[in-house]
Amino acid sequence: MNAIETIKLTKKFDKLTAVDGVDLTIEEGEFFGFLGPNGAGKTTTISMLSTILRPTSGSANVWGYDIVKEQDKVRKSIGVVFQEPSVDDDLTGMENLEFHARLYKVPKDTMASRTKELLELMELTDRSKDLMKTYSGGMRRRLEIARGLLHHPKVLFLDEPTLGLDPQTRRLIWKYIDKLNKVENVTMLLTTHYMDEADYLCNRIAIIDNGKIVACDTPANLKDGMGGDIITLTLSTPPPANSEKIKKAKKDLENLGRVLSVSLVKDTIKLTASKGETLIPPALNVLRDNKIDVRSVSLHEPTLEDVFIKFTGRKLRDEVEGNKQHMVKAMKQHRRFRH
Amino acid sequence: MSDVYTIWLREMIRYVRAKSRIITSLAMPIIWLALLGTALGTMMENSPLLPEGMNYVQYIAPGIIGMAILFTSIFSGISIIFDREFGFLKEILVAPVSRLSIVLGKALGGTTTAMIQGIIMFCLALFFGVSFGSELGNAGGIVVTILFMFLIGLSFVSIGIAIASKVESMEGFQMIMSFLIMPMFFLSGALYPIDVLPGWLKALTYIDPLTYGVDGLRYAIQGSQTAQFPLWVDFGVLSAFSIFALVLGAYLFKRS
Repeated sequence: MNAIETIKLTKKFDKLTAVDGVDLTIEEGEFFGFLGPNGAGKTTTISMLSTILRPTSGSANVWGYDIVKEQDKVRKSIGVVFQEPSVDDDLTGMENLEFHARLYKVPKDTMASRTKELLELMELTDRSKDLMKTYSGGMRRRLEIARGLLHHPKVLFLDEPTLGLDPQTRRLIWKYIDKLNKVENVTMLLTTHYMDEADYLCNRIAIIDNGKIVACDTPANLKDGMGGDIITLTLSTPPPANSEKIKKAKKDLENLGRVLSVSLVKDTIKLTASKGETLIPPALNVLRDNKIDVRSVSLHEPTLEDVFIKFTGRKLRDEVEGNKQHMVKAMKQHRRFRH
Repeated sequence: MSDVYTIWLREMIRYVRAKSRIITSLAMPIIWLALLGTALGTMMENSPLLPEGMNYVQYIAPGIIGMAILFTSIFSGISIIFDREFGFLKEILVAPVSRLSIVLGKALGGTTTAMIQGIIMFCLALFFGVSFGSELGNAGGIVVTILFMFLIGLSFVSIGIAIASKVESMEGFQMIMSFLIMPMFFLSGALYPIDVLPGWLKALTYIDPLTYGVDGLRYAIQGSQTAQFPLWVDFGVLSAFSIFALVLGAYLFKRS
């Protein structure tokens, strides 16, 4: 059975198209990831799938229920861990969980055992009677994840679950959610702009950019799709991107045997090639012949970052800030106009 | 129904926990009653506007109780803005709970806290020497007092919910305070008898729903000697308004 299915799912905020015709199928039990910069449309997609936003056009099913016509059934089937905090600070951790259990009609006896189990899993047992406002960021996140799982959802949405957390806490949270996916067979839809997170957790990844899915496959296949190793050449004085000098150098590099692609981002040239180590000397020769100075060279196996660059022509981090501000502004304006 | 209870319960837990807020929200009515009541009272001594033998503190006490309820209930309704700002509203909105249950839970929660504040204020007024007694008898007077506290609370918590559904952030808050809450209080006849006012001002007091709340409280606490309208008029108008406000709040919340 498919846990999630979308057909041409689209959301527009005035002129900005946040999600642009997304077609997606996620199977039961899958750990699926949306990888993309902030403002790419990940949160908007999750908001639609969790019935908070109505799609502008297109349709989607979650656990077989239509997200517009069968909102109540969708809500019963899902759990959501939002990007922004969503706990009541004036209640204790336990009270937040109880409130949730009541809203989702979790039977009292199940509630007691389930809460105990989840609190232990998230290592929060001894803090459960403390007010939320005394929790650290990581503890809050863990409580929110526990809460999202309390009612045994079929599908759990995790929107940037480790944003702003320290590396140690991130690792812990990864461990937990990975376990939940495997032990309880909860279908997971995670959004992130951390490559390593997507790589570590997800069975399948959709790279999303400007509201569109540009690639969708397993992390291994995406990286294999690069066709070999990545050679990164950092230039000491990079010529302008469209100068004749650099165009010629690129062409010469492409003509070396086994080179699959050449890309230039800021001051680095990236080559993709099989047996990359044997290509370093000829590549350096080409650049020297073109009078381009190289400051450093490195060779590595492809990462999701390289995959992202291949599909979007940009680094993931470059776009983060600008895009986010653009998005926030557009959404604010949208709200203002609506009223 | 259990959803309404769940939302109501959260309001109660939050109310009981915020002890400092309980005290600060009573401070203003107490100051009004003790300082303004006493100060203006000296001016109003033997005034023909007041029934014989009644001092001014006694006269404004029902209005000040109404004020405590008005403030508490409007703020309870508006607290939806905080829930939105701090993210908790999302948790409620993705839950399998109807929007109507959310509004009802919030409205009844706010009404309950407002009634508790009103009852505390009522006891404080008695402590300040305000006397209690009407044609309704002691038991009847208390029942009608509490009934009107409920209606005032429900009306204005619903108005608060309606406002919160329309206002995006706390920025518009000061405006609501200056242009809605204070005028509503001043026009309600809490501080002076309505029938001596000039015609245009009198008309304004008649369209203020709080007028009927204060008048009903007045009737229940002091009897017909200071009330402007018959009790059934107060009850009818305020009941109708509270239902209207609740429907409006539910409608706007659902749309937002």
